Amino acid sequence: MTPAIKKQSGIQPRSPWSRKLDQSFIWLTRLFALAIAGVLIWIAIQVAIAAFPAIRQFGLGFLTTTTWNPVNSQYGALPMIYGTIVTSAIALLIAVPVGLGVAIFLSENYLPPKIQLAFVFLVELLAAIPSVVYGLWGIFVLIPFLRPLQQGLNTYFGWLPIFSTPPAGPGMLTAGVILSIMILPTIAAISRDALISLPSDLRQAAVGLGATRWETILMVLVPAAFSGIVGAIMLALGRAIGETMAVTMVIGNSNNISPSIFAPANTIPSLLANQFAEASGLQVAALMYAALVLFGLTLLVNILAQILVRRVQRI
Amino acid sequence: MTFKSQPETASRNVRSLRRSPTSPRTLFSILMTSLVFICVALALLPLLAVLFYVITQGASRLNLSVFQELPPPPMVEGGGFRNAIVGTLIMVGIGALISIPFGVLAAIYLSEFSSGKIAEWTRFATNVLSGVPSIIVGVFAYGVIVLTMKTYSAWAGGFALSILMLPIIVRTTDEALQLVPKELRQAAVGLGATDFQTVTRVVLPAALPAIITGGTLAIARAAGETAPLLFTALFTQFGINWSSGLVEPTASLSVLIYNFATVPFKNQQELAWAASFILVVMVLITSTLARLATARKVY
Repeated sequence: MTPAIKKQSGIQPRSPWSRKLDQSFIWLTRLFALAIAGVLIWIAIQVAIAAFPAIRQFGLGFLTTTTWNPVNSQYGALPMIYGTIVTSAIALLIAVPVGLGVAIFLSENYLPPKIQLAFVFLVELLAAIPSVVYGLWGIFVLIPFLRPLQQGLNTYFGWLPIFSTPPAGPGMLTAGVILSIMILPTIAAISRDALISLPSDLRQAAVGLGATRWETILMVLVPAAFSGIVGAIMLALGRAIGETMAVTMVIGNSNNISPSIFAPANTIPSLLANQFAEASGLQVAALMYAALVLFGLTLLVNILAQILVRRVQRI
Repeated sequence: MTFKSQPETASRNVRSLRRSPTSPRTLFSILMTSLVFICVALALLPLLAVLFYVITQGASRLNLSVFQELPPPPMVEGGGFRNAIVGTLIMVGIGALISIPFGVLAAIYLSEFSSGKIAEWTRFATNVLSGVPSIIVGVFAYGVIVLTMKTYSAWAGGFALSILMLPIIVRTTDEALQLVPKELRQAAVGLGATDFQTVTRVVLPAALPAIITGGTLAIARAAGETAPLLFTALFTQFGINWSSGLVEPTASLSVLIYNFATVPFKNQQELAWAASFILVVMVLITSTLARLATARKVY
């Protein structure tokens, strides 16, 4: 472009000041975007540093030791790791079938679209209720409701180790049930997203070949959306592992390992919620170590989940 | 498949195209459909049960003194949780003041200026951050702020809440900005606007309703968070002491529910239900408004 044309069209080069402003604005936004990853790393480093005294003292034995005794400064996280795994497993056992059913219901055309959206909203609402409110409800409504069921199981199937202790009310089963309610919306909403984002050709082809609705769902749609559904389950698992308040309020808070699902226990988050405010010295470091284990676990589960959910979006 | 290809059975073939209501395949479909309906009923039952109890138990204890008085000692009738409401407002306010500018600027970079890899990784990091358990954020805020200031404070609570709000803000703003049509940006640039002007005068105003919706959702979510406040803001029966600069234990609605739910005193349990009622009503209102706002497309 020659200077003559530039002059004619009246376009002037931007003032250096305006160009600076533009550049610095872009840099500012980039800084904040990168800071998101920075926050993640900061959390990891901060927790790891605070946990360091406990890591040095207990090493990996922390994960396999069963005593948690602040009086003798003996710390082992195995009972809490066990409690976390058992409650999450109970939660998944209940929430995966029900959540998948809800996802299929909400991705099929059983209802007119408007009413269906209302149902989607209701399921989302389940996720929006604060966890401490679930805990309150769990203490005063769910525990009394589950007690006869637990007593029955204990009376008739008490010879099975998992039903072997007399139910006290709070325990791993109650915590698992409340967790299942809280993670159900995650499974339902993300599996539904995976199902409705499938190309409609798949359904048309299956129906055109004479498949019934359920043959289409089970043999075509669910397999096609499988990685998204597994991703949804992983995300829900991550939430179940890290859920704090509701679990703390109904799990009974005992640092013992019992094969019975009626027994009171502790999860890593409930241990932190119970002891952190009163802890000092090595106990803080031990709690930080437990937090670091929890952080690593949820990070792993979440990253796997993200990768799986992403894969389905690429289809 | 029940088709036969012989021409002499053509008339029967037409009939066989109709699905028999008693064939195993149809029965299986009916069975599975009813199972799915049962699943939906099972999923919505707890929602209705929670709402029912919170409304019946909470609303009956709700009166004006709840908003005006301080938490009562055990076994004493009356009292309220004025300090908890104010404390929640302060800490959510601090959280919003940190996370909204932070999140909106980051989202602007993601949707407007970034190219490929960095944006992909940052969105990934945002999703991972939203999966970090809230108790870990509490532990982190304890290490960063409580240990350095040597005291529990509303600032530590607000800081913890801001980290929980950040991914929600980034995600909703990012989505809102991407919904703004390309033509608007092209028109702005075509008129000679700089990048800064395009973003601040054209793109952001166009996406503002959706951004506000996201902010409201994040605030409602943060108000119900308990775990990050347990050992950052702690709790107190006393009112907010403004002259101390908020550097002291601060009450909040959610921690009040936790503390009063786990004591054997009827009067405090009732207050826990009343506080739950306030939190749940707030969540219901903001979720409904958000749903209505996003249902109406601006473009």
